[in-house]
Amino acid sequence: MSPAKSNAYAWPDENGRFGDYGGRYVAETLMPLVLELEQAYRAAKADRAFQDELDWFLKHYVGRPSPLYFAERLTQHFGGAKIYFKRDELNHTGAHKINNCMGQILLARRMGRTRIIAETGAGQHGVASATVCARFGLPCVVYMGATDVERQKPNVFRMRLLGAEVVPVTSGTGTLKDAMNEALRDWVTNVDDTFYIIGTAAGPHPYPELVRDFQSVIGREAREQILEQEGRLPDALVAAIGGGSNAIGLFHPFIGDDGVRLVGVEAAGHGIPTGQHAASLTGGRPGVLHGNKTYLLQDDDGQIIDAHSISAGLDYPGIGPEHAHLHDTGRAEYVSATDEEALEAFQLCAKLEGIIPALEPAHALARTGELAKEIGKGGIIVMNMCGRGDKDIFSVAERLGTKL
Amino acid sequence: MTKQRLDQRFAALNAEGRAGFVAYVMAGDPDPETAFEILKGLPAAGADVIELGFPFSDPMAEGPPIQRAALRALKAGMTLKGVLDIVRRFRAEADQDTPIVLMGYLNPILTYGFGRFAQDAADAGVDGLIVVDCPPEEADPLADELDAAGVSLIRLAAPTTDDKRLATVVRRTSGFVYYVSVAGVTGVKEVDAGAVAPAVERVRKASGLPVAVGFGVKTPEQAAAVARIADAAVVGSALVDRIAFAIEANENPAPKVLETAAALAKAVQSARLASKAEA
Repeated sequence: MSPAKSNAYAWPDENGRFGDYGGRYVAETLMPLVLELEQAYRAAKADRAFQDELDWFLKHYVGRPSPLYFAERLTQHFGGAKIYFKRDELNHTGAHKINNCMGQILLARRMGRTRIIAETGAGQHGVASATVCARFGLPCVVYMGATDVERQKPNVFRMRLLGAEVVPVTSGTGTLKDAMNEALRDWVTNVDDTFYIIGTAAGPHPYPELVRDFQSVIGREAREQILEQEGRLPDALVAAIGGGSNAIGLFHPFIGDDGVRLVGVEAAGHGIPTGQHAASLTGGRPGVLHGNKTYLLQDDDGQIIDAHSISAGLDYPGIGPEHAHLHDTGRAEYVSATDEEALEAFQLCAKLEGIIPALEPAHALARTGELAKEIGKGGIIVMNMCGRGDKDIFSVAERLGTKL
Repeated sequence: MTKQRLDQRFAALNAEGRAGFVAYVMAGDPDPETAFEILKGLPAAGADVIELGFPFSDPMAEGPPIQRAALRALKAGMTLKGVLDIVRRFRAEADQDTPIVLMGYLNPILTYGFGRFAQDAADAGVDGLIVVDCPPEEADPLADELDAAGVSLIRLAAPTTDDKRLATVVRRTSGFVYYVSVAGVTGVKEVDAGAVAPAVERVRKASGLPVAVGFGVKTPEQAAAVARIADAAVVGSALVDRIAFAIEANENPAPKVLETAAALAKAVQSARLASKAEA
């Protein structure tokens, strides 16, 4: 079954599998809904009018295409390969999350759904969901861990301004995984009218596929832009990984290009050996959670362990199933960066490029310097600047000992 | 050949002309000893089948009562291996006849290993298994091992399951089918037995098996109403909530839970007699 050549890459298969990963591990009540969503998505994908409408909103509302920017001073600083940023932090709402939300809300409308739910960790996906709901006049309920509500107050206020109801989740440990549990509980309770906008390329099939497809606009644009600016494909792509939607969005259009290295950077938190991290591939093993089989942080009994990262957006004990597959096949490489390393990269980028990155891409940047040196002068790297850091200034200030 | 215990129990209930009472409790809740005392007392309290929950950190289909029960059990150190030890002890010390069905989520079983789990479960005296997040599309690798060990894989059918899908749902199932009476999580919405009756009939016809109805069955009245239209009524959240109340009130949870179970069992046992008398 496995594609013979990487340029024949055609995952997922008809069962929603990326190799051994993915699938549809949901309660029976949700199975018919998940199957209906798959059918609706197939039809939408084949419908030119749907794609045209999505393209229109991406251009005029989201602000695509996002620039591909040569980060000249960082390149000089590291003294190796040329570093380009794919600037998805310039999108409306400040991150790549809106690419996916725009696709899913158009799909929800097409399916006649009248109520939207979403989960959020850092609040970026919640804000993007609330934004598209405001734009299309649909009620929106966002589930957010109580711990995250406390540490991401500006985004909570933003969501409420946009008309969303933010529900703090106190079950479990009150973080992203619990928010996702609660969103699934809402969905199973409101099967007739509700569409669940999942924020990352994980969950039951077809979510990993459709989120990837909606985020692949990042990689398609980057490919065209680098060919235009450099006349060739890059040597490597780098992106941060929580669930992995920005990374798979950048990687996917390049998977068939064997000469392009794909490098995902997980959050190592306090360091992998401390056990307090969010690196599911490096520090976890395969299991089943939230509708899919993938790498998870878990104990010997199969109980899920809480993740830790300074970045609330990476603070998740799992990873999208396509990354699990790309990891096992070796097509993509996965490394990690600690909280400290991300904080250093965060400050470096602000000082040298005048760009305050979100803490998520700061993790990617933390590994980009070494990679640039390894590839060397004459090489080209594209890093996904998937979000801006305005949301993070409070937690960064606290870590740096500055009172705001 | 543990499957026989379920078949024999439902055959006996059928012969008596009454529905069964299925009592759900969480293994190891609130602590191993109290939980065992509860389990041991359930057959005498009138439980015809015991559903024993095995805890998972992220129980996506459960409402607050069973979520909290799982957290209590995990905090008290319960593991899937520990759950099998409890069943083994129950068979040795308490009861050989009451079927035990384990209910929970896939990841602990995946971690344990399907083959080893199926064998260990059968050896311990487990009769059936319900895995909430393992729909038929994903179940074959587990079903193969359970079949080999003689443990029933019991399926859930839901209000969203249409006739076409029902055929898929009841494939490779045995023992009974669990009909989820409401679209939702456990212990929140309440069952409307009248509305559920046609669905029960549909599932019975498609599967040729007894149908137990659960989710939203809390009171003796609701349990009796379900007992009139289904082959068994499942009560879970009301029992585990009784544990929580007892802990809060500083009481020994075991007698309280067994009292609640007895009242529910009585309602189920007399449901059809009462309806015959009315008629």
